[in-house]
Amino acid sequence: MSWIADPLSDPIMRRAALELILLGVAGGVLGCWLVLYELAYGAESLAHALFPGLVAAALLGLPLVVGGAAGIVAAGLAVAVAARAPAIGRDNATAVVVTTLLGAGVLLALSQESPPGLGELLFGDVLGVTDGDLALAGGLALALVVALRLLHGRLLAVGFDRTTARSIGASPLVADAALLVLLALAILVGVQGLGNLLVVAVLIGPAATGRQLARRIAPMMAWAVGAAIVAGLGGLLLSYHAGTAAGASVALVAVALWAAAWASRRAIVSRTP
Amino acid sequence: MSADVLRAHRLTGGYRTPPARPAIEELDFALPAGVRVGLLGPNGGGKTSLFRAILGELPVVDGTIEVAGRCGVVPQTERSRLDVPVSALDVALMGTLSRLPWWRHPSRADRRAAREALARVGLGEHADRTFGELSGGQRQRVLVARALVQDAGVLLLDEPFTGLDEPSARRLEALFADLAGEGRTLIIATHEVGQAMDWDLVLCVNRVQVAFGVPEEVLTRDALERTYGGHVVDLPGGGRVVPPHHDCG
Repeated sequence: MSWIADPLSDPIMRRAALELILLGVAGGVLGCWLVLYELAYGAESLAHALFPGLVAAALLGLPLVVGGAAGIVAAGLAVAVAARAPAIGRDNATAVVVTTLLGAGVLLALSQESPPGLGELLFGDVLGVTDGDLALAGGLALALVVALRLLHGRLLAVGFDRTTARSIGASPLVADAALLVLLALAILVGVQGLGNLLVVAVLIGPAATGRQLARRIAPMMAWAVGAAIVAGLGGLLLSYHAGTAAGASVALVAVALWAAAWASRRAIVSRTP
Repeated sequence: MSADVLRAHRLTGGYRTPPARPAIEELDFALPAGVRVGLLGPNGGGKTSLFRAILGELPVVDGTIEVAGRCGVVPQTERSRLDVPVSALDVALMGTLSRLPWWRHPSRADRRAAREALARVGLGEHADRTFGELSGGQRQRVLVARALVQDAGVLLLDEPFTGLDEPSARRLEALFADLAGEGRTLIIATHEVGQAMDWDLVLCVNRVQVAFGVPEEVLTRDALERTYGGHVVDLPGGGRVVPPHHDCG
């Protein structure tokens, strides 16, 4: 047990573990809706596109949340404008805008004039989370769980059949907007610990794992939260013992869990006559 | 027959943006409670637009449409996503959304009503099965149950017999007769002219209203040809068939 107890005797590791558990709850629950609404690409794009905002906030000495929020709004507007160009389409417009913004952010972060350490914004620094970060993650987890519980019936109705949702009292516009706002919040908070490139790991991987293992939404969410927490803590231990980057280790474990869930489901299906 | 539950008076609906024409024009009919109405028309001929006008989702350019009570839509089951992990009961419970404020969840009584609605359509024992794993006919009946949970007096059914085998179609037919017997009005968009012969009323629409009335008077060769643009085939034995792919262009 010292394999687990030793790392957790360190207050920095305990703090990181708590951050990953809170993000796991938020990401696992929200991620299920992102997977069902096929919004994984949007989630990843949004996370990458706010990068220049984070860098600008770091350079100006502002809180990262402020820079990230400004970055998300700017990215959303840029996608909306680019998608209006004839014969481009929303996915292509998103790809163009996101690549441009991520590239601009990286240029800014890694230029010689920039203070060192901005590169961490890309990969996160879960070992450096503050009490403020923990409070934010806790607030986020609570807000997401409450909001998604309230919206559950309507999100389900729109996800089930968007063409007739309005006739039964569920607006697709409201459902989409609510999911995007919650996604933006989750990315803003999650990016502090897991970084710009890896925050998607707790949003999509665990939910995809849950989808392999469950036949209803509620158990899917339970599996997803469990997988996200296992990925978070497992990744943290892996990074401690193997000396690997924490965020990347979390992402790797999340993907490994999905692969295991997929393989076990295939094995069960192939054994069923 | 009792008082009218749905009345369209010179109803013209759609978007005014020129050069587009209104999707439906000058529709004029009244439906009493407790009837099955066959809605015939070519693809793109305004059947869906009429449904949307009844639901208040299509702008009314001219005329009026009045509906007494709630409307429930029964879409084609292919429109719904069969990979969404929901049970038949979950789908039936969606019928409570329009009655509940957004912060309220279905109560125990709502769940009981949803189970009763599933039993009403003959699926009481399948309430906990995954919707996507049910047969086409069973899925169609789950969607009817959803409309019953909505307490819909008017049911708008979009080609409910498409893709069903003979026993499933007969079962659905019997259910529709029962529901009409309870005083509900069913508007059934269909291509099956022969089926519509057995119903109470028929409305033929090809953007404009071609004919409306009891089947024996309405379903003439002339009316069907004007409805479908001259693609009606007479069958030996007296039936008439509208070939598939009869887009009106």
